[in-house]
Amino acid sequence: MSDEPMGGAGQSRIPEAFDGEPAFVPYLAAGDPNYEASLEYVEALARAGADCIELGLPFSEPIAEGPTIQQAVVRSLEGGMTVERYFEFVSDLDVDVPLVCMTYYNLIYRYGEAEGPEPFVERAAAEGIDGFVVPDLPAEEAGPLREACDEHGRDLVSIVAPTTGEERLQRLVDLASGYLYIQARLGVTGARQSVSDRTAESLARVAETGTDLPRAVGFGISSFEQARDVIAAGADGVIVGSALVDIVAEGHEADRPVAETADRLEELGRELKEGALAGAGTEASQAD
Amino acid sequence: MSEQQRRGGDGKFGRYGGQYVPEALMPAIEELTDAYERYVLENEDGFMDEFRERLRDFGGRPTPLGRADQLSERYGVEVYLKREDLLHGGAHKLNNALGQCLLAKYMGKERIVAETGAGQHGTATAMAAAHLDMPCEIYMGRRDINRQRPNVFRMRINGAEVNPVDIGRGTLKEAINETMRDWATTVETTHYVIGSVVGPHPFPSMVRDFHRPISAETKRQSVEAFGQLPDAVVACAGGGSNTMGIFSEFVDPGGLPGTDPANNEPGAEDDVDLYAVEAGGSSLAVDEARGVAPNSASLSTGTEGVLHGARTKVLQDGDGQIMESHSVSSGLDYAGVGPELANLVDEGRVEAVNVDDDAALEAFHRLSQDEGIIPALETAHALAYLEEHDDPTELGEYVVVNVSGRGDKDLESAIEETAKRDLPNAPEMDVFDEHGGLR
Ligand SMILES: Cc1ncc(COP(=O)(O)O)c(C=O)c1O
Repeated sequence: MSDEPMGGAGQSRIPEAFDGEPAFVPYLAAGDPNYEASLEYVEALARAGADCIELGLPFSEPIAEGPTIQQAVVRSLEGGMTVERYFEFVSDLDVDVPLVCMTYYNLIYRYGEAEGPEPFVERAAAEGIDGFVVPDLPAEEAGPLREACDEHGRDLVSIVAPTTGEERLQRLVDLASGYLYIQARLGVTGARQSVSDRTAESLARVAETGTDLPRAVGFGISSFEQARDVIAAGADGVIVGSALVDIVAEGHEADRPVAETADRLEELGRELKEGALAGAGTEASQAD
Repeated sequence: MSEQQRRGGDGKFGRYGGQYVPEALMPAIEELTDAYERYVLENEDGFMDEFRERLRDFGGRPTPLGRADQLSERYGVEVYLKREDLLHGGAHKLNNALGQCLLAKYMGKERIVAETGAGQHGTATAMAAAHLDMPCEIYMGRRDINRQRPNVFRMRINGAEVNPVDIGRGTLKEAINETMRDWATTVETTHYVIGSVVGPHPFPSMVRDFHRPISAETKRQSVEAFGQLPDAVVACAGGGSNTMGIFSEFVDPGGLPGTDPANNEPGAEDDVDLYAVEAGGSSLAVDEARGVAPNSASLSTGTEGVLHGARTKVLQDGDGQIMESHSVSSGLDYAGVGPELANLVDEGRVEAVNVDDDAALEAFHRLSQDEGIIPALETAHALAYLEEHDDPTELGEYVVVNVSGRGDKDLESAIEETAKRDLPNAPEMDVFDEHGGLR
């Protein structure tokens, strides 16, 4: 868990994202399909009411992703995304919400001269990244990244899977800060129609640990109804990736103007945010 | 480094190894680790007895160690061939596929998935799954499907589904990604039979141990054939399973309980030189900007990184993006290598060398003509090292080459690749006219 922050970048802002209403946490791959458009898309999601944004740093071997995000990764890399460009992207972004860097461990591990994850975390913190989600880093290997996050006042989010048993769950809870990413179903990322029974089960099991970490549910959420149901089942936030990336992909394939795709993202973003609010029994604003 | 660490008992081989996989898979990996320790290392329920019996009766073990008369004369050293090409299926791959399918059965898993590059591992897995009456799906890159067609048919004929993988360059790396994704969805009922000594712990140790009979037999047969252990052992290395298979008893004698000891001087294993021959492809240079390495020589030219569940030597750019590898042989066409092998090279116990596509093709024709054995293009790399060596007699008096597989699967691509080159020893293959009749 993070103690005192060091360095000039202050403390992670992630706790602010979860300090009131249910949180809407969208994911986009940075640089998809290109740098300029992607900036617009992320900013559109912030306007839609995102409480925290997971910003993917594309890795060539995205083993936890379904076809939608795999293609996003390909588009972004072909559009010239690099680690250095990613950091520029983060500093060019004009949004005032916490940012979580979602990437695979090799990019974190390889960065900088000194061995290990610390140089990456230091740089990310300086550019305004608040925390990290690393799908190929289980608790077994997360020690060095956890330490680097503590040193720089950043959060390390743990992914809790439907297969995670009691003992592992406790380890993940002990390791994590910021929030817990509750994986709604087995498999890879990708939009689905309904909320799995296993989501409610996982939420209940996490509650039993007595942790006060916020619980955000992701994998397959694509609609108002699903966002509402997930929050009603006890989640503190909804994470939505593929459903949004689908809009980016469609816009790219249909050669739509960037502003139009951005509007569509904002629209779905609002719908998801309202779904989340509806799930908490909060009156969703009808007018927008 | 402790003996325990050296052997990967804790999942690490020096700096390498580990378990870099999604949380969803970790419970299955814990379960597998436990099963490996109980059934393989401790022979619980007689697992290893059944495995060895099936390797004998279904697989055809032991495979012979035979003298290569013409090569011995050519190089001025005694060249012996360990004939894994004679194992059922035509490659060493069956040792591991049978071991893992049987283990999956002991664990109560209902379904098998695997990736394949050359199609040899897929074929072996399809055979083992059929033999043990388990449903099986194989993922294979589109490019590899096109260059290893006979193996695609073999898998289908054995009852396996073959799923083409279209993303990326369509080779082994992408096939592994896709199999991991399947596994992440089906992990509760499915076992993923990884095809080499790669991936998260316990795979590198477990796959090595299923291939250990290659090494145990080689030792015993060497003592029988020429009264001593070989001076050098040469094997090709993609992920490194045939490599670790034939090296294991020289690196770590008796490392698996129940392995028959050879009748050699205690400690003589340390004097056996071990050569891992990688695919040098068309060049050892890399094109960082395009993310392409025209070779698959991760031990020789790679850097430390994390790929497919393990920290190891990988072909990657300055950012850590994995590069597209290349080799004329699909089984070696991979950007990573087993973590134990990477560590043995760092420690100086194994020497990593490489030969290029041309040399491998030449060696393919040489063994076919001189010894009457058509080798796999992967294996041809190991044989090419003898030819490329300035003075093969420096390797010692007795050299064993692991013939990891036979080349039937490669005929189409070998003919095609040969036609593109001016090789000194290739036969004229342009024998059919446009109607398919003999010229
Ligand atoms: C005949 C043969 N040899 C070698 C290899 C390379 O694998 P490994 O390095 O794991 O032995 C393959 C892989 O398909 C193969 O088919």
